[in-house]
Amino acid sequence: MSDRLKVALIGNPNTGKTSLFNILTGLNQKVGNYPGITVDKKVGTTKLSAKVKADVIDLPGSYSLNPSSLDEDIAVKVLSDKQNANYPNVVVVVADVENLKRNLLLYTQVKDLGIPTILAINMEDQMKARGITIDTETLEKDLETKIALISSKRNKGIYKLKELILNYQQLSLEPCFKSFESLLDKRDDQAKQQKHRETIKRYQFLTSVLNKSYGIDKSQVKDLRSRLDAVLTHHIAGYIIFFAILFFIFQGLFSWTEGPMDFIDASFASLSEWIKNILPDGAFTNLLAEGVIPGIGGVVIFIPQIAFLFLFLSVLEESGYMSRVVFLMDRVMKKYGLSGKSVVPLISGTACAIPAIMAARNIESWKERLITILVTPFTTCSARIPVYAIIISLVIPNESVLGGLINLQGLTLMLLYLLGFATAIFAAYILDKVLKIQSKSYFVIEMPDYKLPLLKNVFYHVVEKTKAFVFEAGKIILAISILLWVLASYGPGEGFNNAEEIVKKEYAELPSDELQTKIASYKLENSYIGILGKSIEPIIRPLGYDWKIGIALITSFAAREVFVGTLATIYSVGSEEEISIKNKMKKEVHPTTMKPVYNFASGISLLLFYAFAMQCMSTVAIVKRETNSWKWPMIQLVGMTIFAYVSALAAFQFLK
Amino acid sequence: MSLTIADLLKGEKAIIKHFVAKNIPLKLIEMGCIEGNSVELVQRAPLKDPLYLNINGTYLAIRKEIAAQISIEKL
Repeated sequence: MSDRLKVALIGNPNTGKTSLFNILTGLNQKVGNYPGITVDKKVGTTKLSAKVKADVIDLPGSYSLNPSSLDEDIAVKVLSDKQNANYPNVVVVVADVENLKRNLLLYTQVKDLGIPTILAINMEDQMKARGITIDTETLEKDLETKIALISSKRNKGIYKLKELILNYQQLSLEPCFKSFESLLDKRDDQAKQQKHRETIKRYQFLTSVLNKSYGIDKSQVKDLRSRLDAVLTHHIAGYIIFFAILFFIFQGLFSWTEGPMDFIDASFASLSEWIKNILPDGAFTNLLAEGVIPGIGGVVIFIPQIAFLFLFLSVLEESGYMSRVVFLMDRVMKKYGLSGKSVVPLISGTACAIPAIMAARNIESWKERLITILVTPFTTCSARIPVYAIIISLVIPNESVLGGLINLQGLTLMLLYLLGFATAIFAAYILDKVLKIQSKSYFVIEMPDYKLPLLKNVFYHVVEKTKAFVFEAGKIILAISILLWVLASYGPGEGFNNAEEIVKKEYAELPSDELQTKIASYKLENSYIGILGKSIEPIIRPLGYDWKIGIALITSFAAREVFVGTLATIYSVGSEEEISIKNKMKKEVHPTTMKPVYNFASGISLLLFYAFAMQCMSTVAIVKRETNSWKWPMIQLVGMTIFAYVSALAAFQFLK
Repeated sequence: MSLTIADLLKGEKAIIKHFVAKNIPLKLIEMGCIEGNSVELVQRAPLKDPLYLNINGTYLAIRKEIAAQISIEKL
């Protein structure tokens, strides 16, 4: 590893730096974490020549080495510390040919650090269309470097770039500016003044350099931007198009993923069945078939939705449209302590909070980002749907009102979606008032040119994000599902161990398959988790629930959708057909009040509880990862649970 | 009170005159918001905020409160 070359790529956002990284490394790339922080570290290997390989590290897109976000901080840490494990032998600054001056600002800063620096000027293919001319030789001399004109889109100039990297030892180490003291880690107002003056000097230098070697004929520019912007950021049409795109994404997310998700579900079920058949009976087989495999299945089943979501988001991002959405929505979101950039996570949250929370990274203000992360789980994610569906069908009459115009059950579901959004916005508003975090919202967003997304970049993006979800969240989901299986499969004392004899004695006359399900439910009642359910009964009784619902609350703590499955087992319904669970649930009578367990009051109470409670281990895990502390996920978990409890309590006590 | 970027009308161009560095994001300075550079208001978002600008060839959007910190001279 150490005798290999280390190459770092750095550049402004939207310069095609990631495309270059993809070209150099192909699928030989992986995403890791920098120690102690949550910013993704992308590294890969490339072949520079027949003999020499290099490790390439893709530093996060930065406008300068004066970090203003977590991502930009990394570049500084890596490049300014020779002891850093990622400290490179050579840096390639990727610059956009069209906005060369601004891109070169970063170049001069990197050069000043005394690392061999190569300048890769990207989008060479655009030069002609934009009327740009560059005198490379003069520019190389003035900047004391070597330049490769490349096109990451058309895969041009890569060979030349690799050659320059190989010969990095010939590069000059002279800084562009000798007089600047290092301000990299100073952030007070005085340092800012100095950085301001420094930036002006750098620009003056670059202006004089570029006057000699860079020409642009502005009359050549055909303005696709202004024509598209006129429509896409229009004060009426802009919103209509945005909501149309949203609608399209939701349609895709739910209807196109249904097939693959059903297929995965069925496959894992038959895999469990198969394992049970081929392996000898025993605890290990059961753990595998009832704990591990369904656990993995519970992760894998979300892959289609997550991959689709990232596909859409990546296309919107790459095309430059996302910046326009942020621009359109910022004013509205700002009122509630959020940023225009919070729109993406809030929308994504209706599929799944996990990728949604990851999408909050673009928000530069820590406070706005944190609030976004904390409120996103209120949006109605797809895991709530099975829970909502069964409870609504039990307690809301299937009737139409207003002359058949509105179906009450459908109306309830829609209200629950709206409730999710409204609560998220309301919670953001409260958090904005409560959180005492000093973080000036320096909202600056570049409005990049519109361009057709590169298929390759979209593909890599989807693969990378999906992998991150599967492995990061997967580990936790798997662990919890194994734990739940253990708690549900073992129990202390007589009741659990002799379940079979006890049930057989009591229900001797039952046919054998019904007897089996009776035994199973008796076992569950006396298992550790059953005991847990009973022990929390006093707490949940005021909400209108019994101990069986208590068990479902505990098991669905890991993932909401487990609720229905657990009740299915508890009410000893062999098949998972909803109609039969529903009938069983309908017949359930509360032992003390003799009223149905699922009545209007307890039903509404349950709906509210599931709307507000965190009830998702994977979200806890991802919030821990994204905020890099246990503090925020715990606050979120406790806060949401209390809010859910109080709302459910109020609803039940008021309605009963 | 002198004119600021927040006073620009759509399509108007101006020269950046003055601002106090501590009041505006450094990122904005680095993106080219420097005394003497040109600025054009490309568009305002529907509720008059944020502002979509072209500063010396870089297209970006900033909030009105920041724009009001940067004084200009209209062309």
